[in-house]
Amino acid sequence: MSAGQLPRWVDFGLIPAINLAAAFLVSGLVVLLIGENPIEAVKILIWGSLGYGEGIGFTLFNATNFIFTGLAVAVAFHAGLFNIGGEGQAYVGGLGVALACLALDHYVPWWVTLPFAVLGGAVFGAAWAFIPAWLQAKRGSHVVITTIMFNFIGAALMGYLLVDVISKPGSMQPETRTFEEGGRLPLLDSLLPGDFFGTSQVNLALILALLACVFVWVLIWRTRLGYEIRTFGANPTAAVYAGISPVRIIIITMMISGGLAGLMAINEIMGAQNRLLLEFVSGYGFVGIAVALMGRAHPVGIVLSAILFGMLYQGGAELSFEMPAITRDMIVVIQGLVILFAGALEYMFRPALVQMFSFARTPATQAG
Amino acid sequence: MTGTPAIELRKINKRFGSVHANKDIDLVVGKGSIHGIIGENGAGKSTLMSILYGFYQADSGDILVDGKKVAVPDSKTAISLGIGMVHQHFMLVDNFTVLENVVLGAEGAALLSGGVSKARKELARLESDYGLKVDPDALIEDLPVGLQQRVEILKALFRGADILILDEPTGVLTPAEADHLFRILEVLRDQGKTVLLITHKLREIMAITDTVSVMRRGEMVATRKTSETSMAELAELMVGRSVLLQVEKQPAKPGKTVMKVDSLDVIDSRGVKVVKDVSFEVRAGEIVGIAGVSGNGQSELLETLAGIRKASKGTLWIDGDQTNLGETRIDPAEMRGKGLGHVPEDRHRMGLITKFAEYENAILGYHNDPKYAKGPFLDIPAIKQTAKAEIEKYDIRPPNCQLKTANFSGGNQQKVVLAREIEHDPTVLLVGQPTRGVDIGAIEFIHKRLVELRDAGKGILLVSVELDEIRSLADRVLVMFDGKIVGERGPEADEGELGLLMAGVEGDAR
Amino acid sequence: MFDTLILILDSTVRLSAPLLLACLAGLYSERSGVVDIGLEGKMLGAAFGAGAVAYLTANAWLGLLAGTGVAVGLALVHGFASITNRGNQIVSGVAINFLALGLTALLGQTWFRQGGRTPSLSGGGRFGNIELPFAAEMAHVPVIGPIYSELISGHNILVYIAFAMVPLTWWILFRTRFGLRLRAVGENPAAVDTAGISVTWLRYRAVIACGILCGIAGSYLSIAQSSGFIKDMTAGRGYIALAALIFAKWKPGNAMWACLLFGFLDALAIRLQGQEIPGIGQVPVQFFQALPYILTVILLAGFIGKAIPPKASGVPYLKERT
Repeated sequence: MSAGQLPRWVDFGLIPAINLAAAFLVSGLVVLLIGENPIEAVKILIWGSLGYGEGIGFTLFNATNFIFTGLAVAVAFHAGLFNIGGEGQAYVGGLGVALACLALDHYVPWWVTLPFAVLGGAVFGAAWAFIPAWLQAKRGSHVVITTIMFNFIGAALMGYLLVDVISKPGSMQPETRTFEEGGRLPLLDSLLPGDFFGTSQVNLALILALLACVFVWVLIWRTRLGYEIRTFGANPTAAVYAGISPVRIIIITMMISGGLAGLMAINEIMGAQNRLLLEFVSGYGFVGIAVALMGRAHPVGIVLSAILFGMLYQGGAELSFEMPAITRDMIVVIQGLVILFAGALEYMFRPALVQMFSFARTPATQAG
Repeated sequence: MTGTPAIELRKINKRFGSVHANKDIDLVVGKGSIHGIIGENGAGKSTLMSILYGFYQADSGDILVDGKKVAVPDSKTAISLGIGMVHQHFMLVDNFTVLENVVLGAEGAALLSGGVSKARKELARLESDYGLKVDPDALIEDLPVGLQQRVEILKALFRGADILILDEPTGVLTPAEADHLFRILEVLRDQGKTVLLITHKLREIMAITDTVSVMRRGEMVATRKTSETSMAELAELMVGRSVLLQVEKQPAKPGKTVMKVDSLDVIDSRGVKVVKDVSFEVRAGEIVGIAGVSGNGQSELLETLAGIRKASKGTLWIDGDQTNLGETRIDPAEMRGKGLGHVPEDRHRMGLITKFAEYENAILGYHNDPKYAKGPFLDIPAIKQTAKAEIEKYDIRPPNCQLKTANFSGGNQQKVVLAREIEHDPTVLLVGQPTRGVDIGAIEFIHKRLVELRDAGKGILLVSVELDEIRSLADRVLVMFDGKIVGERGPEADEGELGLLMAGVEGDAR
Repeated sequence: MFDTLILILDSTVRLSAPLLLACLAGLYSERSGVVDIGLEGKMLGAAFGAGAVAYLTANAWLGLLAGTGVAVGLALVHGFASITNRGNQIVSGVAINFLALGLTALLGQTWFRQGGRTPSLSGGGRFGNIELPFAAEMAHVPVIGPIYSELISGHNILVYIAFAMVPLTWWILFRTRFGLRLRAVGENPAAVDTAGISVTWLRYRAVIACGILCGIAGSYLSIAQSSGFIKDMTAGRGYIALAALIFAKWKPGNAMWACLLFGFLDALAIRLQGQEIPGIGQVPVQFFQALPYILTVILLAGFIGKAIPPKASGVPYLKERT
């Protein structure tokens, strides 16, 4: 109540836009600081990410990863849970995807492998979220902390497996063998006429990501389970009153969240790398937090912010090529600023806006 | 009561957004008196006291302490002006000792040792002066509520308070603890302190205060000498008209037993037995009221019957269907399945999801009802249809099922909950504090609905701390004290008699 | 065998020191009710600031000052987001980790052009090891000798500061006015507010204290343990410190033992790398890397005691309208 009411378009459109503008403004200052022209940098960034087919391809490829990790964070958000373990869940999910591919790629075409790989990624990702979820539900251990811990435990586990257990025989490289045709998702380029996307790796996983968006939208806003998830997230006491089991909701939601994070590996492992390798998640899981925040935990918002982050990644790579002073680390800086302004400082501009809009508003009937 | 008043407020105004919480409030509090401020929930009493204590700032108006005009920008200033406050929700650090809580904010120096030993001596003095005994080294979380409140009083006195504000101090106390508190307040007054007592309970005003001021809807409507007024007059002033909220109803025609509870025990999360060997039954077509001072196990009883809390022992029959509550954990969904509706005591905490639209709230708890489901999906058109019908039937305003319930007034929010629970056709309806924080118009509406439901042959178990409400609605009254049902009376029972039962000291002529 | 043990313990002390500083840093912040998962970022920022300034001035103390300044700056950003703006403290921490990771590498490359490193330090740019009196003479005394001259003597000043911070923090927390208020505000900010104390200012001071200690921790990495900043040189130490803080149940004395334990695991892992343990065989190095986190999770689960955080931690303070 003290927060004041704002029209929906302000809450969901204007405020994120202002926050984003602030993040980019500060990013511009950083570019100035290192002695480059920010306007020029923006031009290169946009051209590099959207100006030509290959750039668009890479942008979409990155966006695919972000959609999965962003959805993962968003689903948990709706239950009032902060799943900060997307990084680890995606990493372990990669194992599930890789195992399916390694087992089947010699024998069947990719479209037979795909359902198994999807299942593998989702199940392994969900499993990695299960323990923190169970600990939260049954023992009250805070899921934020346990999922952080599980990121590191997951990294250690995967490191061990890749170095000592499932690496290619006779190789010192900590990675599995390369999948055969049957373990590779077709690139979009191979399905479309022409050579629009160039060497970029945008692949069928993009379609899968969009399907996942639809799935999440339907789940959250159209199913009874989604109703229970939102109820629990909004008011856990009322959820108990309504006969909703907190244990069940925490565990199911976290496992859906982990499963979605695990699916990121479909894009990266089955779609692009075609082998399981160390540290392939490289921050996508963490950035999913920013994607979900900016997208207001809504699938449409997530697609938009995933594309934005995809642009940053691709355009940033281009930028470091064109302006060597701006290394790829600039992307990390911008991400940090976006998370800061769109996430942690999301209320900074709100009071001013509430004041601005309260002039035009008729007072609501609100008893004390 | 001559000389400069301890406190004088002139034309205090405070708004929260569109709510005018305090309108042109004038108040004069004489030195060395106990001054009561009475009013319904939401009348603006707490806001006014928070302004005096520097927790909020008034939009306009003057505060005079000891005849001098002062600004109270924060609590620190209030403390330095000699004002102390005992909040409704205690402002104590649970894992600190009494001593640590007392010195917090008044440590004296950067190092603790000096301040702490001084405080220990001071506590000993306060104990001997006012009879405020409490172990300085006990942890707050180990103390009963009454003693915690005593620590709050000690905190204020330790800071040199001459004016003590108590905000609804007896809400959490047992009658015995409340009596003890009153004796302490009298001692404080006799030693020259000024006491401001905020309450909505008439009995307390009459029992302890010298002067009483009445607030209604943000306004100060009257000030009286307690000796020259009566409960009836104060009650009328509080609500702005005669309070005889007598509900039109025919005598009950009780039918078969629809709910029976046998030897129910409930142990709460702290391990305290809060419901003790409770047995009763509710028949079709009657309203059974449970009266009692809040905190005597009624809330826990209601929540246990609703399936929210676990019982440690006891058997429950609903419409003949038996459940051993001590052995099986029944969840609220199963209880609903057995034909039990539940209007919870606190709609914000439990009965509603205020950030959900009205229609989403219309199925809370019934969301798995086949009526609203298509396989795993919600049948949103069907849900909205139900919501619209309820809005119409219960005159819920504004009549818009898409609106978030946060934007509804208290009365309309309560109607949303009531409509949902009644319209799902329960065999037995549990109702807790149905009119708390609800405007008069809605109170009448809600009372009428409950009587109609009774006349439709349903059983109703009504828990309320408002004795008047119980007396006007219930066909039988059970009185709860200290977790036990200590008596059963008819609705025509004498108020004094019920009061004695509620106080757990039958025959004591307080 | 004894010599090996001394060696392992010696490196335990070195590896524990930055953990301990960061852990105590988190303790101040979290005890005041501000959750901080940005310890990592603050350490990293400090390591860079210290490395850069120590190189430019060839003065370790100025480096330390700069490192501390950077960490306090980041801490204030966290404070601004989580105290003033009541933002999500976890999100703010994540943002700070990203910012520090990106900015240190970016600015490092811009200023020094060594792939994100700062140039190697020499001489006064680093904190050297301190020989305690009679260390050389004592060295030959059996048992006590090696313990004194190897284990206790011969560390840099920041190690001693780290361990001195343990009793100091305890004393501040439990014997001073600031400490009492700090503990109170993490449990029940409303109690502090109604006692006439500013919750905001109190929490800012806690966050600044956290920044200072993170600053020393980060500086330790770049100008005491190593001779210069390396990209991402904290490598998760901030998170281990966070785990240690939970493991220590937010208590200063426990924090020291937790950090020593985690430091010991690290030292053991380095020592055992590629070696067979009789009867067990080779233990993968990743096992030791994961062990601090596994232990913390087990503790969090309540299987060995219960870690209960300060009651108000993570909750922004808002005066409620009742």
